[in-house]
Amino acid sequence: MVETQLETRNRKLETDLRELAQDVVRRAMSGGASAAECVVREGDEFSTVVRLGQVETLKESGSKAIGMRVFYGQRAASTYSSDFSRSGLDRMVKSALELARITSEDPHGGIPEASQLGSIQGDLELYSADVYSLPGEERISYARRAEKAARDYDPRIKNSEGGSFEAATGHKILANSHGFVGEYRRSYCSLAAVPIAQSEDGAKQRDYWFSVARSLSRLESPEHVGKTAAQRALRRLGARKSKTARVPVVLDPMVSNSILEHIFEGVNGDSVYRGASFLAGKLGQKIASDSVNVIDDGTIPGGFGTSPFDGEGVPTRRTIVVENGVLKSYLMNTYSAKKLGFQTTGNASRGLAGTPGIGPGNYFLQPGTKTPQQMISEIKDGLYVTEFLGHGANLVTGDYSRGASGLWISGGELAYPVEEITVAGNLKEMFFNISEIGSDLEFRGAVACPTIRIDGLTVGGE
Amino acid sequence: MDKNRFFFRRYGLSEHDLEHYLAAALSAGGDFADLYFEYLSSTSLLVDESMVKSASQGISAGCGVRVVAGDRTGYAYTDDLSSERILHAARTAALIASGPAKTPAVGFQEKPARSLYPVMLPSVDAEITAKVELVMRADHAARAYDPRIKEVRASYADELRHILVVGSDGTFAEDSQPLARVNVSCIAKIEGNSARGSAGGGGRVALDFFFGEKTPEYFAKEASRQAILQLDAREAPAGEMEVVLGPGWPGVLLHEAVGHGLEADFNRKQTSAFAGLIGKRVASEKCTVVDNGTMPWRRGSLNVDDEGEPTQNTVLIEKGILKGYLSDKLSARLMGVADTGNGRRESYEHIPMPRMTNTYMLAGEDEPQDIIRSVRRGLYAVNFGGGQVDITNGKFVFSASEAYLIEDGRITAPIKGATLIGNGPDVLTRVSMVGNDLKLDEGVGTCGKDGQAVPVGVGIPTIKIDRLTVGGTARKDVGGFMQ
Repeated sequence: MVETQLETRNRKLETDLRELAQDVVRRAMSGGASAAECVVREGDEFSTVVRLGQVETLKESGSKAIGMRVFYGQRAASTYSSDFSRSGLDRMVKSALELARITSEDPHGGIPEASQLGSIQGDLELYSADVYSLPGEERISYARRAEKAARDYDPRIKNSEGGSFEAATGHKILANSHGFVGEYRRSYCSLAAVPIAQSEDGAKQRDYWFSVARSLSRLESPEHVGKTAAQRALRRLGARKSKTARVPVVLDPMVSNSILEHIFEGVNGDSVYRGASFLAGKLGQKIASDSVNVIDDGTIPGGFGTSPFDGEGVPTRRTIVVENGVLKSYLMNTYSAKKLGFQTTGNASRGLAGTPGIGPGNYFLQPGTKTPQQMISEIKDGLYVTEFLGHGANLVTGDYSRGASGLWISGGELAYPVEEITVAGNLKEMFFNISEIGSDLEFRGAVACPTIRIDGLTVGGE
Repeated sequence: MDKNRFFFRRYGLSEHDLEHYLAAALSAGGDFADLYFEYLSSTSLLVDESMVKSASQGISAGCGVRVVAGDRTGYAYTDDLSSERILHAARTAALIASGPAKTPAVGFQEKPARSLYPVMLPSVDAEITAKVELVMRADHAARAYDPRIKEVRASYADELRHILVVGSDGTFAEDSQPLARVNVSCIAKIEGNSARGSAGGGGRVALDFFFGEKTPEYFAKEASRQAILQLDAREAPAGEMEVVLGPGWPGVLLHEAVGHGLEADFNRKQTSAFAGLIGKRVASEKCTVVDNGTMPWRRGSLNVDDEGEPTQNTVLIEKGILKGYLSDKLSARLMGVADTGNGRRESYEHIPMPRMTNTYMLAGEDEPQDIIRSVRRGLYAVNFGGGQVDITNGKFVFSASEAYLIEDGRITAPIKGATLIGNGPDVLTRVSMVGNDLKLDEGVGTCGKDGQAVPVGVGIPTIKIDRLTVGGTARKDVGGFMQ
């Protein structure tokens, strides 16, 4: 009974928010705007952390906010508010119209053409009400079980930052002055454990593991999450520095996706038109080794990067970014596409305020055939990286230098842990030096990459 | 109690309401409860390709309710400041406790607090045309610096955050916190080569700061200078070597290497590499490091922290000996130490935790030029991007964006950006010289912890570290650096 009532109330709210978004657009247009766009977001979240078997935090809340963008001819401005009262919304619309008078005429400004707008039909499997189906005690017990599995795994797991369980749902509505109105709901839940291992000399190492899904039924078991986290922390014990050397480097999937993200930053239309990317002007050219195929696909049912339309109301799609090492397409929103003379690829991302940015759909590197073990077995002397520290990539020049830790590869096997080392090179060469791609592609977020091997990097240590 | 009372005026709140909400928060027991009201207004402007491409303004407001029982925290928030929704949040947060109701202290006590940023007209309320002028001037100055500067992005952002914190222990604190910043990033291009540069600054200042003290031209020239310089940068060396840090923003070393590791929550839980080291030597005796939230106008400063406690100047390391941690209410109570006024949060949606304010090393006695002269072969790093630390094993990195080789006591060629990596608990033991030229950063730092971002400051005099690993691509060779 209670659930039915809740459902009814939510539907009513949804209709209200949809109408509200359209109403804000109408008010901006009658105030003199030549185009307008309104976004409404509402969401709720639950999270709990259990540490050393006891509940440490419990958090539960919901919120909503509204944002808009208006155009006066080709001058743009945006405003946002968390105040949904009549006066709050009036002030938001009025400020946007005033602000648009001080910005510059930009010949490439504007919202998408009416013909470009739309929404993918059918169930994209983005929402599952089951993320909130666990009773309060069960949620806590999920987090507790994950931490317990980590602590019970080995006596050297002596401390913990805890086990955690989170659930969240979000609802997004977009309306614009071409009459577009679309909405979707997404759900999310995650489970994590962060154990700390300690060796006899007192040195401590922390690591983590997590599982994330749109439905509770697809989460890994708390026991699996805890055990994996413990194994990852334990294998770091006794880490030492390595020598300074140029050796083959294997990146595990938790870190290889950062290399794929650098390709994303490089093909981001916004960086490309500004000449702020070393991949600008490289369309149709070879930018990586033959085996590199990169795809962006915002339409995969259930995906973490899936949505029926992008931040401007353009349907998401599948775009081949790199094919056999050749750069085939940039990833763009409406503005950067106009600047570059292309069509948007449906990659507009949008917060509440500001101009739309560019974000990935489900963005991944196509897997190869070798297992990570096979890749490691082929290396006499090299580095297996399990963690990067810092942000040392320069997309203008391609210069790359990051802190790292992992395991040293000796005679085809993972020999001993290493830490306090650096990995450096240049992305331009690194993409060409991706010599092996593993078979282990798995989505743990919108960006996914299998294990990869890169040759020619400088490892800095002693 | 006759000060600003922003939330009383705007939302018709009364002390009676606040007591009522706190009573609801303690309705299932618990040791302590507090309410954090926030009303944040902000403006931002972006100039790109010499056009004002984006202008935005916004408002967000809400209230977070926290209930603490032992070492457990219950938290809930609402963006609707009606009585009904705040009470609902209070009852949700109360679920962390399970016992008979407790009664909040009767009567609020407002502690005397400083007035570190007494602006007459908050920048967020200033004329937008003046802000447009700032970003356009930055664009012009960067382009005028050198014809090789081809792309310029200049941005301006300000905010005014009104907060009210009340606690069941009688805490009552309010503050109005302005924050403003100008940023310039540019790209220099020549045939076959490009380089980037960026600079920015600001603080808890009024708009006139950017028309007097630090003009947009100042930041534009600095960003352009860096970009042009980087066009000629050589490959950075790799491996362990002597490193000299220039004054100011390189203080990010302290923030990563020791600051985070000294936040009390990590030490209470024994998860920090610094746990149990109070009274022990963690730096050379030339090093004294403080966290000072009481510096006028600075980005990392606060009159009161986000738990309503006045901020302090806290000595972390004195002449090399670890003296104390940065604490919030929860850590102070559970560890039996004083609250240092470092309880901060990103917004009403977040649980407060110990955070840094302005973290810096006090000046020493060495002349900066003597420090450079003492190095036979090493690195002189003067500007940095960000950094990161693993507080458990102590390993930290920070990325140099402007650095030079030192050869035979002289600064020679500029080198490409490189990551520096070290171990927090012992890097400062290798500090052999400390300059007399302490400088704070320009006001650009934002620190992230557990997904919460807060503005911070850093500072350092010129220092020499006898051994640190540099993550370049060129190999160190006998007789010099290989190209």
